[in-house]
Amino acid sequence: MLIFEHSRKNRRNYSQAPSTRPAKNNIPDNLKRKTAPLLPEVSEMDTVRHYTRLSQKNFSIDTEFYPLGSCTMKYNPRACNSLAMLPQFLSRHPLAPEDTGQGFLACMYELQEILKDVTGMSAVSLTSMAGAQGELIGITMIRAYHEARGDTERTEIIIPDAAHGTNPATAVMCGYKVIEIPTDRDGDVDMEALKAAVGPRTAGLMLTNPSTLGVFEKKVAEMSRIVHEAGGLLYYDGANLNAVLGKVKPGDMGFDVIHMNLHKTFSTPHGGGGPGAAPVGVADCLLPYLPIPIVAYEQGVYRWLTEKDRPQSIGRLSAHMGNAGVLLRAYIYVRLLGAEGMFRISEYATLNANYLMAELRKLGFEIAYPNRRASHEFIVTMKEIKDKTGVTAMNLAKRLLDKGFHAPTTYFPLLVPECLLIEPAETESKETLDRFVVAMKEILDEIATQPDMVKSAPHDMPLRKIDDVKAARELDLVWNPAG
Amino acid sequence: MPFIPHTEEDVAEMLASIGAKSIDELFDEIPAELKTGKLTQVPVGLSEMEISRLMHGRAQKDGFYLSFIGAGAYEHHIPAAVWQITTRGEFYSSYTPYQAEASQGTLQLLYEYQTMMASLNGMDVSNASLYDGASALAEAALMAVRQHRTSRRILIPQTVHPIYRSVTRTIVRNQNIEVVEIPFDPATGQVAIDKLDQFAQEEFAALVIPQPNFFGVLEQVDALTDWAHGKQSLAIAVVNPTSLAMLKPPGEWGQRGADIAVGEGQPLGIPLSSGGPYFGFMACKQELVRQMPGRIIGRTTDLEGKEGFALTLQAREQHIRRSKATSNICTNQGLMVTAATIYMSLIGPEGLYRVAAQSHANTLALVEQLEKLPGVKKVFGSPFFHEAALQLSVPADKVLNSLKAQGVLGGVLLENYYPDLKNTLLVCATETKTAEDIGKYVEMLRLALAASA
Amino acid sequence: MSVPAELKYTESHEWVKVEADGSVMVGITQHAQELLGDMVFVQLPDVGRTLAQREDCAVVESVKAASDIYAPLGGEVIAINTEVEASPEKINEDCYAAWLFRLKPANAGEISGLLDASGYQKLLDSEAH
Repeated sequence: MLIFEHSRKNRRNYSQAPSTRPAKNNIPDNLKRKTAPLLPEVSEMDTVRHYTRLSQKNFSIDTEFYPLGSCTMKYNPRACNSLAMLPQFLSRHPLAPEDTGQGFLACMYELQEILKDVTGMSAVSLTSMAGAQGELIGITMIRAYHEARGDTERTEIIIPDAAHGTNPATAVMCGYKVIEIPTDRDGDVDMEALKAAVGPRTAGLMLTNPSTLGVFEKKVAEMSRIVHEAGGLLYYDGANLNAVLGKVKPGDMGFDVIHMNLHKTFSTPHGGGGPGAAPVGVADCLLPYLPIPIVAYEQGVYRWLTEKDRPQSIGRLSAHMGNAGVLLRAYIYVRLLGAEGMFRISEYATLNANYLMAELRKLGFEIAYPNRRASHEFIVTMKEIKDKTGVTAMNLAKRLLDKGFHAPTTYFPLLVPECLLIEPAETESKETLDRFVVAMKEILDEIATQPDMVKSAPHDMPLRKIDDVKAARELDLVWNPAG
Repeated sequence: MPFIPHTEEDVAEMLASIGAKSIDELFDEIPAELKTGKLTQVPVGLSEMEISRLMHGRAQKDGFYLSFIGAGAYEHHIPAAVWQITTRGEFYSSYTPYQAEASQGTLQLLYEYQTMMASLNGMDVSNASLYDGASALAEAALMAVRQHRTSRRILIPQTVHPIYRSVTRTIVRNQNIEVVEIPFDPATGQVAIDKLDQFAQEEFAALVIPQPNFFGVLEQVDALTDWAHGKQSLAIAVVNPTSLAMLKPPGEWGQRGADIAVGEGQPLGIPLSSGGPYFGFMACKQELVRQMPGRIIGRTTDLEGKEGFALTLQAREQHIRRSKATSNICTNQGLMVTAATIYMSLIGPEGLYRVAAQSHANTLALVEQLEKLPGVKKVFGSPFFHEAALQLSVPADKVLNSLKAQGVLGGVLLENYYPDLKNTLLVCATETKTAEDIGKYVEMLRLALAASA
Repeated sequence: MSVPAELKYTESHEWVKVEADGSVMVGITQHAQELLGDMVFVQLPDVGRTLAQREDCAVVESVKAASDIYAPLGGEVIAINTEVEASPEKINEDCYAAWLFRLKPANAGEISGLLDASGYQKLLDSEAH
């Protein structure tokens, strides 16, 4: 039942809004609204019940194991939320004078310094509100760099075929042509293809390392050399930074610019699809172009750097300073973990992934890159199972829901057929991983004995399989009271 | 080990299963020369008690102020239930609803949000949010250029939020899209309609129309919308969602209504929090839906015909369309939309009207009282919503400083954005301000002016 | 898999039917249709538009994939199938009846460069491995 269907004309919550309509109203008649918007008229209790019940229809980290590959669904510490929501932080206006926000700005400055350290970059801007926006900033800076040097013939960005869809979408949004290069049998970028692709038109290379295939690009140093020799710059998509945190710094791998998804590595909440935060770090060559605002610390005072301080900056990407509240949560998280905790993120994420991969392999699941260590995630391919039984990766995913586990990422990366990208994250215990292995074993048995049941999953969820074909063919995007 | 559950026995068993001697061995594919990961700037870990003390100390240092600042982010009362429900783990710690059957809560909520937002804007459809108001305007500009096909120029009045203009330029410049600015009439604070004539012979993909504009002033939206449509340009509305309870929605502007409406969703239940996270909204006409960026939810059925919800029109998006996607946006601001939907449900149409009307009335009262002070002059003669520009006869920065010393944040200096508007404050009094608060501001300003005179 | 002998094919899985008046009809093959799954949207070129050979000129979308359609030949678009626009599922029902657009070829010589049925079948066989 939709909230609108609980609505009754003239039902109101008297304590949440002003108790009367004020007498004074200077809005000219021709600019006044004539009919009220379609907002529900429901009691506070009905609203609370409705949305509490809706929440209960979600799987979440707080309720289920959620091994959604590439998304890093790990525990979001409650302290990060409650301390970021202290009333002084919540009530601070973004344009309030800097001297009324020194406590907040201190957190932001220290976060910048910490992120510089863990990435090995020269400077960091916190403004980016999501990974994709971080990419946009990074590629825009690469463009600004070439333009400032009068090097205007560089029109291409090289991207491995395993990359997130955001990489090619970003390059095109920044006015570049995408040159896609293939992956070799072991999951590494095809070096010959890279050598053939670089040239005087290369503006840069976007690389995720470890890649979305869940393996570390071993030849990253050589790739860096090839691209730099051709005059291009290297972009590090930090989506998988959690896998190497404290082990390798992107700056040391030769990258010129990076974004880091704090909602992954630094465990800020995913919120049903955002808000994220993706600070951008740069090497010296891109420093002048960093987006503003940036927090500076001068003579014991924190202040924002603006256009006046950074005339070559690519500019602003958000109305104020990005997702400040998310950044506060990340700051609290990193202070809770400390330096030693940074190492543990990558170590235990890697341990969990390799353990789960080993256990699933023992059950007979086919590992897409069997000769490789898993980074923090790995891929199972259902191709052979599908060819033999008709059961697809999506069928298995839906059956996992029945068994109380969120499904892994399905059908990404696109180059592995019938794939499941599995990322357990470091906060899951061995018992949880073992229960997941048991569920996968049960499904394997079901595929052998009753494949049709698996194909028609889910069975035990509040709804059966959703008809997304109908959703696309018969678009129903807003509720209409007339029915 | 904070948040790591493993016991030593667990680790030993897991390594045995893998066939590795140590955790370190699992990193043996990383070339040794790259392993330089010494951290020098990350302090040692704190306990929850210690970090709690640190953060409380910093919060106290920042304190509380009686604020009359608006300029794109507005203090409104947020009902207690909004964030109590929003931070339930099932909303807070879930992700994008890729697995529809395990995400019906988020999906239904987003469908309800789309319905509310489309109606508030008087448009046919809405997406499930963008990052913020500024980036939503940039996306609308890109969308208009895709739809228009021939022109790569966007007309933006200088009465649009200066930072929205700046963000839009940063984003669209990459695609060689030109932003052309229209000056404002210094008497009215509105788009100078007579200045539009100079653009009559030129082609533009869209005209951006703010309502209210950055000065709080109401624009002649009908005339502007019709002017845009008269030259085959799209009309992009930039609106304040609270104001839409009182003001004619973009879908009803002019003869045909605006084509795209965007804005900052923060006033709908989102705390100010130093600038974010907020959310951007975007609504549009049905025929533009496939050009719209971001997540979109559709109502459908399950195999047995029961009502259900799913992500739809995904083939526009980067994870499928890659380099040909409508935008690179992936994650948006889901949790903020959760709060906004609960906010709109709790206060309903009459509540939102009263919030808007009281904010309007409070600002009228504030301006009326301030205008009576010697040395204060209202800058623009046009009607306004809940913000107004006031010029002082003395250096405004000093006045703001002395107000601040009394715990009052007296507004934003417009000179920072409009060099010609010297000593001019942009002030806002939402429904959160009482008659006493307004009286206090007036008295403080009187004293500050007297001291500077 | 159905590969009608009377049609010509492209390596990007379009079929081409040469009409008596010299114009050609273009659609997508059974293989492409199966790969994409349930069609939900089709975007066709404007009538009157002139296409270069191999120019991307249309899009077919299923729920989880989108595929560009490339002009098998250069020429002018002289008709589009509005029925398929309205009901994309017609492609799934019979992809060889559900043509997308008709072209008036600028250079009829390009037709001989297309694959015939056996050539296309070989391509499918090689892609299966």
